[in-house]
Amino acid sequence: MRLEPIPAPSLARRLGLPAFALILTALVAMGLVALAGAAPGEVAWLVLKGAAGSQFALLETLNRATPLIFTGLAVAVAFRAKLWNIGAEAQLYLGAVATVVLGTGLLDWPPAVLLPVLAVAAMAAGALALLVPTFLKTRFGVDEVVTTLLLNFVALLFVSYLLEGPLKDPMGLGWPKSPPLIDEARLPRLVEGLRLHWGFGLALIAAALVWVIQTRTIWGFEIRAVGLNAEAARFAGMPVNAVLVRTAILSGGLAALAGFSEVAGAKGALTLDLSPGFGYTGIIVAMLALLHPLGVVVAAIFVAGIFVGADSMSRAAGVPSFIADILLASALLAMVLALGLTRLRIRR
Amino acid sequence: MTELLEILLSASFWAAAIRIASPLIFAAMGELICERAGVLNLGIEGIMVVGAFAGWMAVYSGLGLWPGVGVALLSGMAFGLLHATLTVPFGLSQHVVGLGITLLATSATYYAYRLALPQVTTPPKIDAFDPYAIPILSDLPLIGPALFTQTPLTYAAFATAALVAFVLFRTPLGLALRACGENPAAVAAQGLPVTGLRMGAVIVGSGLMAVGGAFLTMSAFDSFFFEMVNGRGWICIALVVFGAWRPGKTLLGAILFAAFDALQIRLQQTPLGAALPYQAFLAAPYILSILALVVMSRRAQVPAALMVPFRKGER
Amino acid sequence: MTPPSGETVLRLADITVRFGPVTANEGVSLTLRRGEVVALLGENGAGKTTLMNVLFGLYAADEGTVELFGQPLPPGNPRAALEAGVGMVHQHFALAENLTVLDNITLGTRSLWSPGAGRRAARAKVEGLATEYGLRVDPDATVASLGVGQRQRVEILKALYRDARILILDEPTAVLTPQESLDLFATLRKAVAKGLSILFISHKLHEVEAVSDRVVVLRQGRVVAEAATADTTRTEMARLMVGAEIATPEPRPALPGAARVTLRDVSTPARGTATGLRGVSMSLRAGLITGLVGVSGNGQSALAGLLAGLERPSAGEMEIRGAPSGPWTPRAAIAAGIGRIPEDRHGSGTVGDFDLAENAMLELYARPPFSRGGWIDRKAARAWAERVIDRYDVRCPGPEAPIRLLSGGNMQKLILGRVMETSPEVILANQPVRGLDIGALTYVHEQLLAARDRGAAVLLISEDLDEVISLSDVIHAISEGRLSPPFARGTMTPAELGEWMTGARFDDAA
Repeated sequence: MRLEPIPAPSLARRLGLPAFALILTALVAMGLVALAGAAPGEVAWLVLKGAAGSQFALLETLNRATPLIFTGLAVAVAFRAKLWNIGAEAQLYLGAVATVVLGTGLLDWPPAVLLPVLAVAAMAAGALALLVPTFLKTRFGVDEVVTTLLLNFVALLFVSYLLEGPLKDPMGLGWPKSPPLIDEARLPRLVEGLRLHWGFGLALIAAALVWVIQTRTIWGFEIRAVGLNAEAARFAGMPVNAVLVRTAILSGGLAALAGFSEVAGAKGALTLDLSPGFGYTGIIVAMLALLHPLGVVVAAIFVAGIFVGADSMSRAAGVPSFIADILLASALLAMVLALGLTRLRIRR
Repeated sequence: MTELLEILLSASFWAAAIRIASPLIFAAMGELICERAGVLNLGIEGIMVVGAFAGWMAVYSGLGLWPGVGVALLSGMAFGLLHATLTVPFGLSQHVVGLGITLLATSATYYAYRLALPQVTTPPKIDAFDPYAIPILSDLPLIGPALFTQTPLTYAAFATAALVAFVLFRTPLGLALRACGENPAAVAAQGLPVTGLRMGAVIVGSGLMAVGGAFLTMSAFDSFFFEMVNGRGWICIALVVFGAWRPGKTLLGAILFAAFDALQIRLQQTPLGAALPYQAFLAAPYILSILALVVMSRRAQVPAALMVPFRKGER
Repeated sequence: MTPPSGETVLRLADITVRFGPVTANEGVSLTLRRGEVVALLGENGAGKTTLMNVLFGLYAADEGTVELFGQPLPPGNPRAALEAGVGMVHQHFALAENLTVLDNITLGTRSLWSPGAGRRAARAKVEGLATEYGLRVDPDATVASLGVGQRQRVEILKALYRDARILILDEPTAVLTPQESLDLFATLRKAVAKGLSILFISHKLHEVEAVSDRVVVLRQGRVVAEAATADTTRTEMARLMVGAEIATPEPRPALPGAARVTLRDVSTPARGTATGLRGVSMSLRAGLITGLVGVSGNGQSALAGLLAGLERPSAGEMEIRGAPSGPWTPRAAIAAGIGRIPEDRHGSGTVGDFDLAENAMLELYARPPFSRGGWIDRKAARAWAERVIDRYDVRCPGPEAPIRLLSGGNMQKLILGRVMETSPEVILANQPVRGLDIGALTYVHEQLLAARDRGAAVLLISEDLDEVISLSDVIHAISEGRLSPPFARGTMTPAELGEWMTGARFDDAA
């Protein structure tokens, strides 16, 4: 038996295998649910109901999807250029820090001015967080996977320091928490009366912009070329390092917008549990979306739905909500395998 | 200054350093084996979590300590098998698969923990490995208490490093593994099974990573809690680079690194520690790892076929 | 050599190998006797390498059988072939560069589970074989530190160490100087005298004539002729190999013009194991093909990199059309009118997952009409690709197909087309026909000659001495980063050039 490449896989193969991967993953999760002594069918129904069974549930899912769209885009953009940014978590927190530093009264401008300034400041902070490992990669050849991973821990400790020191809320009763943002720095609701803030709208716009950049501009052309074959890109006259730096700015900025949107839209202040791993989940979102910016939106809503649904299911059925993490991690692996198999066949 | 010297000359400091180094030695040796055979194993962080839980749970359920280590080893090998299957014969992205394994192993562990102990708030402690003073050697000044009054699992870590060094550089198996990491086509041309060798390396390496995790619950904290691995896996990847893919240098790197870690804990009690936020000390190991990567990046001899998949009959 | 009459050691019967729709070998039969040298002659793409990989067990044949010493060989298992006494010297060496010679030779020769490496005995055996066959090489040197000729010796030692009775050599002289080739032939004679049998794969007629007892000609996957070497002629072999009389392009007389590129004492840094240039002076003149010969790894890639914009001089001067080259990057090289055909069309020439249109504009995307104000114009790219496809006879499903689906020849035609259509004043052709079949090869050569006649300055880099000699108006030899003086067409014999390639003449001159 051996594997050989298929030059031009059929459409059925390209769509069928990922679909099969997702079904297989669902079956594995159901098996684990049964192991916990619950009825898989009932649990699946509870997850679905918790994620999309009511207007409240649906809005909760979309709110949860918002940061995931940003981090998913951040990862998708970077992975396209084969810049392995595993540090979306750190970039998210630095974006949140920038938002809090400027948005808690330092600047008291009207929202129409303040909010864009905060967004740009957040993006700058996130970009900076990814520029460090990118510089180490282009200048010293240090693998960015390990450096971005390690910087996640450093960033979290940095935030912890800020929340216990310079950014401590004097009214916080000792709980590590920043002071609340001023009202002008809060993202308004998308539709009056519905619990969904403008962060979601911003995320959709970001996805559309990234898609346009990738498919229609020379920047996107360069990013894709560098990711697919850096040597050929260099030979063709593309400034490979500059492309990586630009990609890092875009990717880090997008991840930072997740932090901005969570602080300015959802929470109103910075805490150490602002992100329950949105940065890492962004990797799953991006891979499930096959790195397509518009697919990221769909994948992020799907992933958010699983999390929200699993939380509500866990309260009702007593199955640990970690089942959602297992489901998504196995979906990631199954999807990578499915993608690999679309271009390979088993011979004899 | 005298404070620093006092710390550096105390046996308890070095004993702590060796203790902190032990899990890193196991896991870094595991990663080293994988990378020498040409596979980057980013599953290390999650596999350490699995090992920590599996070993602890086994002992908690009534198994002996050494059988518990065996259970941890097997749990790591199981995830190693999954990693190896996806990355070696299928040749999938080692980055994505590795991260996926870490996410899967971590969440599966937490799920199992919640299922096994649904009601507990403080996780129970187990009767873990006790220090064993090696006769005569432990009476030596300074190095006696530092090196030879450790738990058996620490001795096992050093023995593992020696064994890895011997196998890699003194046996035909080691030569074949290293050649897989340099040029798999050359290995295939000599009639050896590249796929089998690489998969074996990943499986065994992952087993060692899990034992490294088990050290945390069975010889250090005596209990399992969430996020206890806390980036140690990633640090081990940096250690392997720092050690230039050589077991001896990697072992030294782990001890050096652990010494810094032990030092920062002690420095926190000094006037310097009072002046700086404690987070700066906690962040030091991660920053140190990054610096080590930068410093070593120039001379490190990366295995030439690291992350290069191989399929028979293709060039 | 005397025609041997030993027993049959190898018998291939009716071997057929298919890769999807392509049939690489069809009903190939072949026998090899003890103490015999059989040459397997054929053009690139004739199926020689596939056949050898079947024999060595790297591929499984779809039909047919392999018999070694009267025993059937289980398919698809190199181990069985090795154990039956087959040793293979691959065209691209199968050596681990960071390991020592001894490690490479002993790899896989002892049971994996045996506790020791047995280095002492192994070293003694290697040293014995090296003396016996005249294959001197330091067993403790890392392979990375060895030259190409020495690496080949390691490959042969690998086979001898395993007591191979049959040696397969795949294009063994492709990377050697003429002198090194003679050494190789001497080694082969010693091996034959000791009763080994040799299968020698080549497309070079004079070598086949020099070493083989019998010749088997392969064309389009089939055996088209078999004869005792003594009973046939080079012309006959050439005709059989190609299937028609080869019309060697008869170059029109050159009309040299001004120097387009001038190098004065240029040096470049070494990159890892790749040699840099050491004080190179040369000029590329309009209307001339300047050929570069040398054993691979002697600075060709540094010179190619320099012209392509990937390398900068660390010392000396480079002038493009009489002006200093300025900040030198690939983009600057393209802007200066240098058309570049890279050595590795998969690695640096194309992006495999991009379609033909994207690959056709790979070097031009940043300027109109392909983009304006940062926005890509897909229509312009498509039109351009269609023009290149049409004019350069690129056989493909269309401009939207990923380029990795194309054959090597068609991929090369696209690269050639995208270069030629911009009417470059300088053309860098680095190994432009490597791995191409005879049709594509002839086409590429014709295009290079046509560009010369239009007044382009062409630099042709190739490991194939015959190719350079037949196409070039001026030839330089390169050795360890040093460049010989220019030799006009017809003033040097291959053997004389060979002396420059080995570096011997440089030392005389110094």
